[in-house]
Amino acid sequence: MTTAPIHPINEADMGLGSRVHSWVISVDHKKLGLMYIGIGLIFFVIGGIEATLMRLQLLKPLNDVLTPQGFNQMFTMHGTTMVFLVGMPILLGFGNYLIPLMIGARDMAFPRLNAFGLWLFIFGGLLLYYSFIGGDGLYGMGGAPDTGWFAYSPLTSKAFSVGHATDYWILGIMVSGFGSMTTAINFLATIVCMRCPGMKWMRMPLFVWLMLTVGVLVLVALPVLTGAQVMLLFDRFLGAHFFDPQQQGSVIFWQHLFWFFGHPEVYILILPAFGMICEIIPVFSRKVIFGYPLMVAATLSIAFISLGVWAHHMFSIGMPPWLNSIFAASTFLIAVPTGMKIFNWIGTMWGGQIRFTVSMMFATGFLVMFLFGGLTGIMLAVVPFDWQLSDSYFVVGHFHYVLFGGTILAVFSAIFYWFPKATGRMLSEPMGKWTFWLLMIGLTLAFLPMHLSGMLGMPRRVYTYQPGRGFEIWNLISTIGVPFQILGVLLFVINVIKSLIHGRVAGPDPWDAWTLEWATSSPPPSENFPKIPTCTSARPLWDRKHPEDPDFFYE
Amino acid sequence: MTSMPQTNFIPSSAPSRGKVGMACLIFAECWFFAGFIVAYLFYIGKSSSGPLPREVIDIKPVLVNSVALIASSFTVVAALRGLARGAMGTFRFWMLLTILLGGYFIFGTAMEWRGFIVDHHLTIRTNLFGTTYYSLVGFHAFHVIVGLFLLATVLVLSLMGHIQVVRDHLRVELISWYWHFVDAVWIVVFTTVYIVGMRP
Repeated sequence: MTTAPIHPINEADMGLGSRVHSWVISVDHKKLGLMYIGIGLIFFVIGGIEATLMRLQLLKPLNDVLTPQGFNQMFTMHGTTMVFLVGMPILLGFGNYLIPLMIGARDMAFPRLNAFGLWLFIFGGLLLYYSFIGGDGLYGMGGAPDTGWFAYSPLTSKAFSVGHATDYWILGIMVSGFGSMTTAINFLATIVCMRCPGMKWMRMPLFVWLMLTVGVLVLVALPVLTGAQVMLLFDRFLGAHFFDPQQQGSVIFWQHLFWFFGHPEVYILILPAFGMICEIIPVFSRKVIFGYPLMVAATLSIAFISLGVWAHHMFSIGMPPWLNSIFAASTFLIAVPTGMKIFNWIGTMWGGQIRFTVSMMFATGFLVMFLFGGLTGIMLAVVPFDWQLSDSYFVVGHFHYVLFGGTILAVFSAIFYWFPKATGRMLSEPMGKWTFWLLMIGLTLAFLPMHLSGMLGMPRRVYTYQPGRGFEIWNLISTIGVPFQILGVLLFVINVIKSLIHGRVAGPDPWDAWTLEWATSSPPPSENFPKIPTCTSARPLWDRKHPEDPDFFYE
Repeated sequence: MTSMPQTNFIPSSAPSRGKVGMACLIFAECWFFAGFIVAYLFYIGKSSSGPLPREVIDIKPVLVNSVALIASSFTVVAALRGLARGAMGTFRFWMLLTILLGGYFIFGTAMEWRGFIVDHHLTIRTNLFGTTYYSLVGFHAFHVIVGLFLLATVLVLSLMGHIQVVRDHLRVELISWYWHFVDAVWIVVFTTVYIVGMRP
């Protein structure tokens, strides 16, 4: 029974063993959130190593750093890792850490379920990576899964995936997916039931609104993926015929099921990033977010439309024209609320007294890079254009702009913004600026040329290419981007370690912000708030700091 | 966990987190079943060999089964009413009846499967009908078994005197929500397999 701890034990006084123990047994949303983020960052490095190996292989034509099969394993594990073991845990981790603090609660609705979800995620990740050791099965073939992160049938059938690599992929993702579903249930129950007095729906920080939406999307999308994976398991182990063309099973059916999960998943990965940006840009622009109700409406419409766009991943498989048209139209439609958000963020910055801290630099970088990725996304929604460029490097460039230029930049922005809250110390700004510019240069060098090599006809997922096709220069530039990114991430790691020990002490509210997480000490005590706060407007801390000009006066 | 201090601070208008949590779980389960129901509908009439649904399905025992399962939704409501009044004897009687009705449903499903496997040589690997039928009906039966396990736990706890009206009414009610959900899914599965799936 967790009653509010009256006698906090100073962690620094504990031995290493008991400190580790206190983290392992913890049901505190803050510790769980930090563990999600930390493990996500470790997998980020692993996924980065896999990407680096691929870029080295593609440095020049007919290179032989990796075998063809090794290359297949690398792009499969890179994609799977970055989506399921980096994006999901880091974003759910931020949700875990911030939601109760932002809504003035003492913990999540189901703390033990929360811990259960974290450990499911960890063991799911380990299960996936165990495939490097155990994937051979009894056949002496295989290793890590090599079917691509969307594991199209019939590549995953027994005939083409000998050994157990695909089974590790299925089970690892399924187990960590159960973890994500428990977390989503927790988010929804927490946000609906645990808001502090006065925290009305339209006073919630936009980050909380975004995470609420993400929770719903997780509960729609992940069970469908789990169901599809169960069907695949039945095919592989019980001899069922769901995706078996020899018995009239349909390989296209897998694509529909997978992308019905897969496209909402894309929004699961980007909506929390939107939420972070919604919190960070106003604080560093010294202005209230522009168009709060419109932001909420746009979020809900994005979530709704995102359930009806999945087949734009499948234009090239030969669907009937009317179906292509519907999915192209819905994809154009989803750009509208997304565009509203971009304009609202710019509207927030417009005329504000902008402070270009590292966090704000990353947020601004996010705006530019995500917009670029969004625009190439609209290009790909044009069916004939997609017929030309589907499964080319143009697509690879597009979604790396969205996921790296979008999600990862937003995550860095969020880390620089909330690190002082979680640790009590500031990250170094000069080092952060180096990280920012190295990452910006690195990602532009790596991903911009991919659009060009793709338009020249370079298909994705090929382990090498012939000289003289015009691909060499663009691949060379892409690979040159890698050391910039490595250096940026390395500097960031050094920054974190150094700042944890020597960083400037932050105090409760280093950014002069206005949401409730800044109303408590840094790091917050295990019960979050000594006394449960009350919420008087959308900016409760502003009201407390400026009683002469409170927000609720204007609401 | 029930006695955590923040319960004091929940705005009085907010629903209980148990209810929201169970509603979310049921919402997610709906999407899980949706995948298998779509698979069933998509593959109707596509089997490349027999046996086909019309050749093997005997609707009469399935109807009896369905009546038993749907009746169990009413008995669990009666049990909850008893619990709310504090009439533990009534509560236990209706709980037991609910479990027996659910158990009968599982027994009926088992007999249907036995007929398919032994008499008609239809397994999950025979054809697409077998693949989709056993997956969909099997996952539903699995959920019924989970529900039976939950109900039986409540009954045993109550026989041991561990169920208290004020503290546990909500918990038992949440289990009954899950049971109603399992029931509702059966209506959809029944429509899919035994009505839509029977067309030539």
